[in-house]
Amino acid sequence: MTTLTDPPKSTFRVSQLIYDTRYRSLTFQVIAFILLSVAIGYLAKNLGANLRDQGLSISFGFLGVPAGYDINQRLIEYTSQSTNLRAAFVGILNTLLVAFLACATATVFGVVAGVLRLSNNWLVSKLMAFYVEIFRNIPVLIWIIIIFTIMTAVMPSPREFRGDDATASMFLGISAFTNRGIYIPMPYFENGFGGSVDWLIVIASLIGSFFATRFMSKRASAIQEATGVRPATLASNLAIWFVPLIVLSLVMGLTFEIPALKGFNFGGGIKVGGPLIAIWFALSIYTGAFIAENVRAGILAVSKGQTEAASALGLRPRRVMSLVILPQALRVIIPPLISNYLNITKNSSLAILVGYADVTATLGGITLNQTGRAIECVLLLMLFYLVVSLLISAVINVYNNAIKLKER
Amino acid sequence: MKKTLILGALTLAGLAATAASAATVDDVKARGKLNCGVTTGLVGFAAPDANGVWEGFDVGVCRAVAAAVLGDGNAVEFVPTTGKTRFTALASGEIDMLARNTTWTFSRDVDLKFEFTGVNYYDGQGFMVPKALGVSSAKDLDGATVCIQTGTTTELNLADFFRANNISYEPVPIETNAEAQQQYLAGACDVYTTDASGLAATRATFEAPGDHVLLPEIISKEPLGPLVRHGDNNWGDIVRWTFNALVTAEELGVTSANLAEMSAGSNNPEINRLLGTEGNLGEMLGLSADWAKNAIGVAGNYGEIFDANIGEATSIGLSRGLNAQWKDGGLMYSPPFR
Repeated sequence: MTTLTDPPKSTFRVSQLIYDTRYRSLTFQVIAFILLSVAIGYLAKNLGANLRDQGLSISFGFLGVPAGYDINQRLIEYTSQSTNLRAAFVGILNTLLVAFLACATATVFGVVAGVLRLSNNWLVSKLMAFYVEIFRNIPVLIWIIIIFTIMTAVMPSPREFRGDDATASMFLGISAFTNRGIYIPMPYFENGFGGSVDWLIVIASLIGSFFATRFMSKRASAIQEATGVRPATLASNLAIWFVPLIVLSLVMGLTFEIPALKGFNFGGGIKVGGPLIAIWFALSIYTGAFIAENVRAGILAVSKGQTEAASALGLRPRRVMSLVILPQALRVIIPPLISNYLNITKNSSLAILVGYADVTATLGGITLNQTGRAIECVLLLMLFYLVVSLLISAVINVYNNAIKLKER
Repeated sequence: MKKTLILGALTLAGLAATAASAATVDDVKARGKLNCGVTTGLVGFAAPDANGVWEGFDVGVCRAVAAAVLGDGNAVEFVPTTGKTRFTALASGEIDMLARNTTWTFSRDVDLKFEFTGVNYYDGQGFMVPKALGVSSAKDLDGATVCIQTGTTTELNLADFFRANNISYEPVPIETNAEAQQQYLAGACDVYTTDASGLAATRATFEAPGDHVLLPEIISKEPLGPLVRHGDNNWGDIVRWTFNALVTAEELGVTSANLAEMSAGSNNPEINRLLGTEGNLGEMLGLSADWAKNAIGVAGNYGEIFDANIGEATSIGLSRGLNAQWKDGGLMYSPPFR
């Protein structure tokens, strides 16, 4: 804008709304807003009219009605007499469980593959390139089906463990790998205080150990500042972590319940269901390939001069990576990592394909189907995925803000 | 923006639900094709053959309706639906009628607003287990892993049955029959449960059908039948009476073999009314006079369709049982054509 020598004094003309840059953007925004409102209003009215025509009304009353169906994996108490709302919660917890597990393992796969793809070893880097390309370029739906089909076809069924001439045997005599899932020993306390109290004590001890080790490292740092010599903390930290656990397990009598064949299935122990393993593994290995590329990009984004400068200061290669390269690479890695985590969460809705009872399977599948309340169920599903996705973004954004370049 | 997202999705749902308010029969005639919802593939009931031509017991109903309305039993667009998608497909008008071994229940009729036009197969839910398991009764299934097709009444019956008998089970919900079959054969579940007819049909496709047994317990009533949307009574009448025509034809001895001879006129007035040589039943329905003749002409009467697709001579080998004519001790009973 050129400076006007004699600005016009409050002579507002309508044409200014379009030709004057001060008002133009505002004008267009108002017009766009009105058009959008009209469009939404029209569509909402249309929806209402159509629903009325079909004699349908939006009502969430079905949530309080007994669901009537059973769910195979439930993290909270649930029977077929529980309400649809509770069935939805069972599904939500299952979704969160698989999303959390898959995010964790996908990160591990991704970081390992991403770093190894930059390896100087030709074979290793090409192998990782092969992994990334093959998993990234085939839809996750197909991977889920492939993995589940292979699992059910290759692993023995519980029937094959039975009898004297059993064709399958338990791993080390304590775990069973079947095509219905993996059965592992379940730890419990023989003379504890019963149920969850024991585990709360264990968790409390772990939290205590965590703070104790932090205190020890702080103290070590303080001593290092003062004297220049860092006291060895490894032995004391190990002791802080393990001594309380060992004492606890001795006092409360830690024992393991070994799974054994009972009737049709294995009984006892902890069962990790086949569907959970299939969807978990498929999501991790698929998204891991994307994360690998993020990690590689992040590391490559740090200029070589940084490595050389750090080396020139006398840092050893491992310290160069952890103190110089990685903190800078993380700035590039974290933002796309958020969208990968979101993808995992949303892709977990494919779980019904392998019979895993996530929220899409319970609320958006069986409940929807048995009650016929499609619009309500889909609305609730959308709300759930929206809230979870926004929460994940928010949490990782907080982390991102903590590590991003601080400009002063 | 997040609010607009929700609203946008809402409106999309609304748009998708544009009611098929015009008379269905006019739509079908204008289109020249009947859109009929069937299963994604259940041999004997509805499945494409080697040439991709749909055939089966439910397909027979679709073809009969198409012949009654359009005069051509091949003027059908078969829309494969899963247990989950079938009702949405019908409610949204994507299909004109659903003939997908669907159980007639109160809530589907009243709450979901569908109109069941009859029962073409009286069925009940059964269990199939491998013979090697040595199970002889469903009450021995305590702790078993059960494959079920999700989105069906079987899911609810199963929960009720096990609860009533105070035994436990682990459900494996499966989307389609084909997947369930694969899981069952791999031993990922001990038991496969669905309607007894479906079990027989599934077993017929196994490599060694003799290795699997159907347990004696039938734990539910499953009257399967074709259905249409609420609100278009004329269309409901057409589907209902087309099916009744097939049943009546069997009762009166009208078969595909003697159809031409019978439609020249017989001394049984009810046959004459049915085949349109007497009275104006077709006109009342808004169809041509020979509507029922066309419907029967596709694959014969009810009994012929049954025998050709799922009867004892086929690999599925179902006996008529409850589905025999009322004169033979079954439940197939059509109101009179008068």
